[in-house]
Amino acid sequence: MAKTLSRSKLLKRRRLSFLALGLIALAGATALVLTAFDDNLVFFYGPSKMQRKAPAPDQRLRLGGLVKQDSIEKVKGGARVRFVVTDRKTDVPVVYSGILPDLFREGQGVVAEGHLRKDGTFIADEVLAKHDENYMPPAVAETLKEDGHWQEQKNKK
Amino acid sequence: MHRFANPKRFLDLSRRIVPWLAGATIVLLAAGLVWGLGVAPPDYQQGDSARIMYVHVPAAWIGMFGYTFMAVASAVFLVWKHPLADLAARAAAPAGAGFTFVCLVTGSLWGKPMWGAWWVWDARLTSMLILLFLYLGYMALINAFDDVNRGSKAGAVLALVGIVNIPVIKFSVEWWNTLHQSASVSRMAAPAMPLGMLAPLLLMAVGFTTFFGVIVLLRMRSDIAAAKIRTLQLGQARTAPGDTRGTENTGEAAP
Repeated sequence: MAKTLSRSKLLKRRRLSFLALGLIALAGATALVLTAFDDNLVFFYGPSKMQRKAPAPDQRLRLGGLVKQDSIEKVKGGARVRFVVTDRKTDVPVVYSGILPDLFREGQGVVAEGHLRKDGTFIADEVLAKHDENYMPPAVAETLKEDGHWQEQKNKK
Repeated sequence: MHRFANPKRFLDLSRRIVPWLAGATIVLLAAGLVWGLGVAPPDYQQGDSARIMYVHVPAAWIGMFGYTFMAVASAVFLVWKHPLADLAARAAAPAGAGFTFVCLVTGSLWGKPMWGAWWVWDARLTSMLILLFLYLGYMALINAFDDVNRGSKAGAVLALVGIVNIPVIKFSVEWWNTLHQSASVSRMAAPAMPLGMLAPLLLMAVGFTTFFGVIVLLRMRSDIAAAKIRTLQLGQARTAPGDTRGTENTGEAAP
């Protein structure tokens, strides 16, 4: 009786170590695969990365960053929009004709899909708004802006 | 742990727990929904649209929690062979899949007005969709074998392999550029929302958790009941030879 008990215990211990080893191997393999595909897993490139990459004019990609303050300019009676996407180091001018999402505004995150022209202008055929993880009531946002704490609040993260 | 692995004890305990969990679920979800959808302040940028988070975020959490629960139960089943652990994993799958589905649908409804797209293939959305497929694959696999035990084993291995997706979902918004924003609550810094929004969100999260618990316990109880019925029917068929051959239960199995 005692012998069979210890045998079953041994089996349990063996199964447990197999399981642990398997999970460790799996985690390692996943980490390697994800690292290898890193460049393909990003949804967009920032302006600096976009300039370093210097993509071919017909290559479709996405550009993400903040819409620069005072850079939105409507041309052709509002049918076409020009704005600048920035990461506070590099600026990329964007041209887009189409409907903009509600959240599109200056200082707000944005992801544009299209291609980069030779002259450095990004021709977008789709523009998505990206919002950050901060939620607050409108009144609090107003007070923060009035008190001049707005930027520090935003830069804190 | 062996104390709770006894099916009889489990039935006694769960029968007493389920009504309390169900009551708590109703109270928590009612309070959370009224507070979140009616009382909590709107967001300074998204206005009232941000209220969808009171359903979306807890659904995502429980979708991921449900899978983790399923994987742990599968590990316990594989190593210690507890039949209740297998039942728990089987019971959690459809519940977790449901919450994941709710998360994807509400996320899509939220994405269209805010981002401008129902769906994008960024790392967060894609890994969450993979979670749904893992649940569905698990449910298909456990039912694909004639031998119930083999189905359980195959499913348990799949559940454990799929667990790598959970940290990928969690950290996708930090490792890669995504359209989805990063975490507002489950992060090292203080939550990025005021208490007036955080409280109803957490109420909903606790309510979804108790809801998940009710579903899992009820499904486990009904599985145990179904197994009892099968055993009884088999016993009946054996004790009454000859004249039961033509009845429904044994008719198909008869040569």
